Amino acid sequence: MTDAHYDRAPGNSSPPTGEEADARSAVGVYTIGLALAVILTATSFWVANTPLLWPPGVALGLIVLAIAQMGVHLVFFLHITTGPDNTNNVLALAFGILIVFLVVAGSLWIMTDLNDSMMMPPELMNLHMQR
Amino acid sequence: MNIAAVIEEAELHQGAASTAEEAGPAPKRTVVAYGFWIFLLSDIVMFSALFAGYAVLARATAGGPAGPALFNQTNVALETACLLASSYTCGLMALAIGSRRRGATYLFALITFVLGAAFLALELREFADMIAQGATPQRSAFLSAFFTLVGCHGLHVTAGLIWLAVMMAQVAIKGLRANVERRLICFSLFWHALDIVWVALFTVVYLMGVRP
Repeated sequence: MTDAHYDRAPGNSSPPTGEEADARSAVGVYTIGLALAVILTATSFWVANTPLLWPPGVALGLIVLAIAQMGVHLVFFLHITTGPDNTNNVLALAFGILIVFLVVAGSLWIMTDLNDSMMMPPELMNLHMQR
Repeated sequence: MNIAAVIEEAELHQGAASTAEEAGPAPKRTVVAYGFWIFLLSDIVMFSALFAGYAVLARATAGGPAGPALFNQTNVALETACLLASSYTCGLMALAIGSRRRGATYLFALITFVLGAAFLALELREFADMIAQGATPQRSAFLSAFFTLVGCHGLHVTAGLIWLAVMMAQVAIKGLRANVERRLICFSLFWHALDIVWVALFTVVYLMGVRP
């Protein structure tokens, strides 16, 4: 039979079959995810502390590593895939990411713009913001 | 053509091009997990507002203590390790539930609970240290945003721990019935989502915060 009969819920790795081999490979998926997450976390901590990297690039590097790790969590722990049985989950996720992006990027953009438009030197502006 | 023939026709085609639309209503387990997935995404949207607030106010220290003086990276690394390991054991618990191994379910739930409690203890100790140094939420806008964001995640972890304890009591009393199993699936989704929020949190608050 085919796998694509029903939509798959997030967190469901595969249709339950009760096979021993399936259980082992499912543990393998979580273990790969854990290994990748540990590597990415360790890299993040190293990037934040090393003097070897160009300092202005570090923030961007940390963001990229964090997004990569969130992707690892989604794929290996929450089992979000690109399969046809996962379309609903991916669409909901895409909408969530859109809102998160609008809220975070929009707030930062507007607030930086406001600060720049204020005819005050940055130190004074910072003092003003602190009240 | 009568209805029986139409159904027969559909069943013939199902093998060739089977899609979700042809299969009829999805099982309750899928519907429940999908609904909970939508809730989790809305929860993450709420966190994004707290993140935006923190990012805007991160420099507004009002002459008070700032990130580099307050954050202890060893502590953060330990917290991260606890939460990541508990996410892994939570996944193993979900597998144990799927293959109806009750002993393994209890074991992995216990490890998940202990690691989650260790995370919470580390976080509370960090908060207590900060407050003892005078870095209270009312000291500066930066600290207000910090305690709101990190504290909100901590409250979620606390709720998750209570939920896990309740679920283990339900497994003990009711057994791995279909409705108990659905609740456990929702719990594991919740726990993994908390770990995803923590990834953003330790990057934005702690790793970027210790940089001058």
